[in-house]
Amino acid sequence: MASSPRPAIVAGVRTPFAKSGTVFRDVPAVELARHAARELLLRVGLPGREVDEVAFGQVVASPLTPNVAREVSLLPQLPPDIPAYSLNRACASAGQAISYAYDQITLGHADTLLVGGVESLSDIPILHSRRLSRILVEASKAKTLRQRVMAFASVRPRDLVPVSPAIAEPSTGESMGQSAEKMAKENGIGREEQDRLALRSHQRAAAATADGRLTAEIAPWFGGPAMDQVVTGDNGIRADTSLEALAALRPVFDRRYGTVTAGNSSPLTDGASAVLVMRDDKARALGLEPLAYIRSYATAAVDPGWQLLMGPALAVPKALERAGIAWSDIGLWEIHEAFAAQVLSNAQAWASKAWADRLGLPGPLGELDWDRTNVMGGSIAIGHPFAATGGRIATTLANEMRRREVQFGLISICAQGGMGFAMVLERA
Amino acid sequence: MTATAAPSAVRIAVENGVAVLTLDLPGEPVNKLTAGVKRELEEAFARLRGDPAVRAVVLISGKPDIFIAGADIDEFTRLRGQAEAEELSREGQAMLQRVEDYPKPVVAAIHGACLGGGLELALACHYRVATDHPKTQLGLPEVQLGIIPGAGGTQRLPRLIGVRAALDIILAGKSEPAAKAHRLGLVDELVPPSILRRVAVAAAERLAREGKPTRRAPGGLLGGVLERTPPGRAVLFGQARKAVLEKTGGHYPAPLAALEAVRVGLERGERAGYELEHRRFGELAVSDVSRKLVRIFFASTALKKDNGLPPGVAAEPRAVERLAVVGAGFMGAAIAGTAVTQAGVQARLKDTDLARVGKGLKAATDILAGRLKRRRITKYEYRRLAALLSGGVDWAGFRDADLVIEAVFEDLEVKRQVLREVERAIPPEAIVATNTSTIPIGEIAAGAERPGRVLGMHFFSPVEKMPLLEVIPHEGTEPWAIVTAVHFGRRMGKTVIVVRDRPGFWVNRILTPYLNEAGRLLEEGVPIDVIDRTMTRFGFPVGPIALLDEVGLDVAAKAAKVMHQAFGDRLEPAEAVGTLLADRRLGRKNGRGFYVYHEGRKTGVDESVYDTLGVRPKEGIGPDAVERRLVYAMLNEAAMAVGEGVVRTPRDGDIGAIFGFGFPPFRGGPLRMIDDLGAAKVVLELDALAAAHGDRFRPTETLRAMAREGRRFYPAD
Repeated sequence: MASSPRPAIVAGVRTPFAKSGTVFRDVPAVELARHAARELLLRVGLPGREVDEVAFGQVVASPLTPNVAREVSLLPQLPPDIPAYSLNRACASAGQAISYAYDQITLGHADTLLVGGVESLSDIPILHSRRLSRILVEASKAKTLRQRVMAFASVRPRDLVPVSPAIAEPSTGESMGQSAEKMAKENGIGREEQDRLALRSHQRAAAATADGRLTAEIAPWFGGPAMDQVVTGDNGIRADTSLEALAALRPVFDRRYGTVTAGNSSPLTDGASAVLVMRDDKARALGLEPLAYIRSYATAAVDPGWQLLMGPALAVPKALERAGIAWSDIGLWEIHEAFAAQVLSNAQAWASKAWADRLGLPGPLGELDWDRTNVMGGSIAIGHPFAATGGRIATTLANEMRRREVQFGLISICAQGGMGFAMVLERA
Repeated sequence: MTATAAPSAVRIAVENGVAVLTLDLPGEPVNKLTAGVKRELEEAFARLRGDPAVRAVVLISGKPDIFIAGADIDEFTRLRGQAEAEELSREGQAMLQRVEDYPKPVVAAIHGACLGGGLELALACHYRVATDHPKTQLGLPEVQLGIIPGAGGTQRLPRLIGVRAALDIILAGKSEPAAKAHRLGLVDELVPPSILRRVAVAAAERLAREGKPTRRAPGGLLGGVLERTPPGRAVLFGQARKAVLEKTGGHYPAPLAALEAVRVGLERGERAGYELEHRRFGELAVSDVSRKLVRIFFASTALKKDNGLPPGVAAEPRAVERLAVVGAGFMGAAIAGTAVTQAGVQARLKDTDLARVGKGLKAATDILAGRLKRRRITKYEYRRLAALLSGGVDWAGFRDADLVIEAVFEDLEVKRQVLREVERAIPPEAIVATNTSTIPIGEIAAGAERPGRVLGMHFFSPVEKMPLLEVIPHEGTEPWAIVTAVHFGRRMGKTVIVVRDRPGFWVNRILTPYLNEAGRLLEEGVPIDVIDRTMTRFGFPVGPIALLDEVGLDVAAKAAKVMHQAFGDRLEPAEAVGTLLADRRLGRKNGRGFYVYHEGRKTGVDESVYDTLGVRPKEGIGPDAVERRLVYAMLNEAAMAVGEGVVRTPRDGDIGAIFGFGFPPFRGGPLRMIDDLGAAKVVLELDALAAAHGDRFRPTETLRAMAREGRRFYPAD
């Protein structure tokens, strides 16, 4: 291995993030992924032959394109002999793809990786009942017409009701929203606190859209039959929302005592993100200026039956320890907002002595500086295409660290199954 | 396995009682049926006939992606008369009859182009196995050279696949992909290239064991009624004849002769059919039309190998894999779409407005979608190619571009500005081509940082269909840039001519006086349909007035103005186009021009045009006078442009006129036409026209000198 390589984020591009069932309703997820990846390559001007591997995350993969990363790596801008790896670490999948790039570069296996993630909740598989599936398989294996007719004859009307995948924990049956509701109650997170966070998310995203910082990271999408319906921004951001409007929404998961509403949760979203990760010296040799080094990352998990979205409370201290820096060294935070209640619960843990004791840390990490957290808005406003979010966050953080001349930035992402992901970036 | 090692075109290897004849013409990239090849084949067949170790024969090619491209066209041009041509055909027929009558089964193993005489040979075999590869194309292109299949093609093909399917192939001279040929019954088996030889040998063994296949009468029930009853045949041939006349305007005798040969063979038997086939072949092979078409074939073949550089200058083309196009309008989008479709390069469209980019991407994608719809590409190829297209308002895709084609508004200042911006966004070794029809390239390049990499690429609309491209270097364009543009144009499927940087280049230069004169005739009261009909009768695909509608009156007026400024009174435009333009008539594009358009279809002359122009249509000027004025205006300008060195050779000029705007191919092009008429006669006519209609007809000095010295553009035959 040559002199210690530094894996760096060189650039990132994403599609607009759109509420599911809107502008990307008829677009296969794989096309969103390819669009983001191709635009990234063309914007950077990186010859496709320089890419060593492609890794893409997707949480709900289409059965028609189960290996989305390979479809991306088969873009005609890339040579066909680049290996590809599709991965799933739930909502942290793009973050995981970036850390995979970090690993490969650090190991000396690769210099350049094109990574990212994609999710289309407009393009999810709708399943048949187990019984109908079994009957269809039997019918397809039937050797005689009679056997085939017999197989189909056993179909009952209730077999035809489709089964759609739910956003619920297979281990507990608890939905994400129910978990957030539980966390709000157990951690004492109030409704107004959550709504304020949501409002800030929208206001900041709207401002970053207006001044172009956010749209600069977006590859316009040419939609409609004539391709002239151009989408340049995210359609979930509401510049005109207010605390009053948010307060007027009814809680979804506990109508009587609940505080989690559609307004203080991230919406179901379609979109893709792509990030170019390179060995710093390789990038420079090609005339490219890295945005930020990847200093460290960490993953962690909690019992999903406890507080499902508390993973970051464990992952962040681990990542900081691996980076060899303190919470106070961080100049910018990007925290995935699955739910306002979850962000606030995580923040509470980071600042808590009891939590520090539980982890065996000498003291709490510290208070979150909200003026330096999610400065261009978060998932509540921008949207959350599960596997794509990590790419958006990493790109925004790297760009903003450069603009603000911040030395260290922190990424925190909570994920299904009680998992957490954290990453430390260092300004290049 | 035994093999003969002589350096000949036919190798013989015997495996398991099957002799595999591999055809591999030494020193040539393709197989063609030269006299030598035919002799060797005959010898091989004769030798194997008595060989007891050989029970069957397989015919296969040793060339990559070519079975047999056809007859040797060079041999044609050396034919000294009708009798000799007839004899050539008769010999071919006899040879293939011997193949058909061969006592042992003969199997053709076809991979790659199987055309003309190559297909006729395959047809004489007893069984045909073809590969399912896209390069495997079967056809009889003879009529495109003004002749007919002369070795039994007009007889065997209809018997094998039915009259209707056979006429489709013979009359249009087009080739069919192997899968279609298989559906038609033209080939018996379709296999992957990897097992072609094995399957063909197995088929030959089988045939040797079980006898030659018996075939059912082709054509199905309907075909049976149409083809095997006299009234049915009358309908079938009547329709085919009508379609041929409509398409050829009666200028091309070959398709009619082929039709006749097919019919006679069907009605009066094979013998009469073969008889007529070689007689007609003999007549056509030495006819003027065929000679002209063969010359055009040679000229365009030679152009494909021409790197476009002046003699004595050498340069290598550089690879173009990434194209960027500035301007997502009609032309820019079609250039990007054609580049992706034909050359398979990455194409980035840039414009200033995202909705325009989107529309451009749609137009470019539609070119690909059209190919998919016509099954020229698979949906997987479509998906791959479509992903090569992208667009935006930023400079993404320019940083590593190899070639940038600028197709913005026709305005010198705008083009200069764009060029300056483009040069800042691209690598220093990239070429910038400007797509213009009239603006001098040298003027656009004048402000460039690297003018040596700037040149003109003049595409014709619709880009995906028009076969010509003019490449225009200016004084300082570096040779490698010229060669690179020429090669890339060819990869886009175009016939490329390199022309001098003079206003209008070549095509628009010689079209200008022609279109101007059409406008004058109209102003003098000649009805629109008389003008257009006269010129379609002359052999143009559309008349000059209809052409103005197609081009767009705004575009035509602008070009005419530029030409007027550059060349003065001689090219002063008629007022007609400007007057119509003021009446908001743009031609086809807005559905209002000289003609009426209904839902995009031209339905007839717009009679209100005469009122707009303030003329009353009258009969006074006859078609002959109309033709003379229009044609001679063009001939004079063509000669003048040659005198100025606008084209490098008369060949380029004639090919440019034929491929650029459909100058009648059977006339060989404007310069060939001058040679045929004789410069002296042309000068005489022009002098007379000048006396009657004005100085614009005054013959150019080039013509006068040619007339004085008895010179021609081409060497005399």
